Amino acid sequence: MTAAQPVSPAGPASPPGVSPAGPTGVAAGKQAGFGHLLLSEWTKIRSVRSTVWALILFVVITIGFTVLITALITANWNRGRGGGGGGGHAGIIADPAGFLMGAGVGLGQLTICVLGALLITTEYSTGVIRASLLAVPRRTPMLAAKATVFAALVLVLAEIVCFSSFFAGSAILHSRVAVSLSDPGVARAVFGTGLYLTVLGLLALAVGALIRHTAGAISTIIGVVLVLPILSGLLPGNWGAHINAYLPQQAGSLISHARQQPGDLLSPWQGFGVLCIWTAALLAIGIYLLKRRDA
Amino acid sequence: MIEARDLTKVYSGKVAVDHLSFTVQPGRVTGFLGPNGAGKSTTMRLILGLDRPNSGVATINGKRYAELANPLRTVGALLEAKSMHGGRSASNHLLFLAQSQGLPKSRVDEVLDLVGLREVAAKRAGTFSLGMSQRLGIAAAMLGDPQVLLLDEPVNGLDPEGVLWIRNLLKYLAGQGRTILVSSHLMNEMAVTADHLIVIGRGKLIADSATQDVIARSSEQSVRVRTPDAARLAGLIEAEGGKVSLSGEGAAAESGADGTGGAGDSARTDTGITVGAPSAGETTGGARTLIVTGMPAPRIGELAASASVVLHELSPQLASLEEAFMELTSGSLEFGEHGPAPAAAAGSAAAAAADRSSR
Repeated sequence: MTAAQPVSPAGPASPPGVSPAGPTGVAAGKQAGFGHLLLSEWTKIRSVRSTVWALILFVVITIGFTVLITALITANWNRGRGGGGGGGHAGIIADPAGFLMGAGVGLGQLTICVLGALLITTEYSTGVIRASLLAVPRRTPMLAAKATVFAALVLVLAEIVCFSSFFAGSAILHSRVAVSLSDPGVARAVFGTGLYLTVLGLLALAVGALIRHTAGAISTIIGVVLVLPILSGLLPGNWGAHINAYLPQQAGSLISHARQQPGDLLSPWQGFGVLCIWTAALLAIGIYLLKRRDA
Repeated sequence: MIEARDLTKVYSGKVAVDHLSFTVQPGRVTGFLGPNGAGKSTTMRLILGLDRPNSGVATINGKRYAELANPLRTVGALLEAKSMHGGRSASNHLLFLAQSQGLPKSRVDEVLDLVGLREVAAKRAGTFSLGMSQRLGIAAAMLGDPQVLLLDEPVNGLDPEGVLWIRNLLKYLAGQGRTILVSSHLMNEMAVTADHLIVIGRGKLIADSATQDVIARSSEQSVRVRTPDAARLAGLIEAEGGKVSLSGEGAAAESGADGTGGAGDSARTDTGITVGAPSAGETTGGARTLIVTGMPAPRIGELAASASVVLHELSPQLASLEEAFMELTSGSLEFGEHGPAPAAAAGSAAAAAADRSSR
């Protein structure tokens, strides 16, 4: 009674892309693993202009500002300290590597934060998230693959950028302060800044996964990186100092100092650990919500 | 095979899908109909695991969507809402999906050929027309050569050629034994595409049966009679308990409104039936057209013969799927009321009947 009506296909041959054998599915091809997901996420990142531009911007801004700020300070070394920002010359002399790692990264880190947030929020704004979750319905592997690919990409780029910034900056600074990679703590500071940028990017990705809207996510992460440290710095007393020290950006950026400063409550690696804990916690909440919420 | 059991979804206090159960069988095209806001897209999202049902479960070949190993190789889906990045090329969109399933890159070219987008494969999806975006969505659905297809309004934005292409493709795929659930608001399109219909309104099941049965059951049968002696014949019919009305708008409206229904189905869109306005009647060659309900065509012919009334035409009318659909769902329209009052009144009765029989 409900038998299908005689099929009158467009032609005798099966359409291209449809297996004439019928619903056996694509027989060739293996069970997709995490490696396939990594490849898939890599394709997503490289095939959109905005992500490529954000990464180019990161490289140009970080190295460019390191060179610019160092050159300006070096050129104006003897002209008094009235206009000298960035802690003044005493700070530069005490920890030249820490100065170099803060000069360009301070701005460059924002491009990594924006990119990390965008990577997930644009999936929601464009609707790609539906395609992604149809492909990976258990959801967690999708976010894990995205985070892994993004982290690997940022780590490689950030290390290149950090070492380039260091060598370019130290060459300019050389006439005033000599600093070498073999000085105590310097190699760790330069390499650690790359790690810091990578984990900060993951923190932004987690915020993006939590908030899902581009504007909200970017505002939040910039608030966390730029505004919270200033606000908490105004808090009075010992507990204010502790809150300030344990903020993700404040704690994480300790690793970019070659020398521990007198007031530091955490060591460089402890600080980096605090940033990692913040990031892991936010990613865990992000994964939990990703699995629970309607897409 | 797709199975929905007791699916319920509530969005912020509003019931979108209400204890919905149905089965979609392989080997035929199943149409999924309902007015705007009836819950078609939500139901598809529940089946696909994008949204989490408040109760009930949906399975595909016995498994929940999230349990499928490489889901795109089992299920292909085209959602109504756009799901591609405007800045990404068509081929890269398909490529990342293919990679996620462990499918070879060659599959991307194959489905691009299937939907005829090979030449624009490198163009960014944001530059695509609505029809091209739909084709890209269908390419994505066909990527894994899936046994099960769920397509939400696939003919949206397609030109007539594209509509025909989709229709043939769906029939071809169903003929191979695949399971195909396709939603559409184009009732006449469904009449020629779908073998089976699932009709929902306000998230509830209204009908679940063969397309012909839905049309036949939900609409009162009528007979179209053309005669120069309309007044006398009308009197005879009414004396026997039949209902007579003069046909409205005339031939132009009939052929014009038919649209896509020309492919063999007997779709008619006669509307505006009024008895008290003879001037509105069709008077081609002195003959008037009557629409008779409540009496079968043979009996009308006998009556005419016995009274020596000349007939120019005597044809039983099948309701179009559109009418059947309007009648079925008239009690469950989400946005406003529809149509002229008499049709609505007759419709709600039919809907109630259909509703009862579907339980």
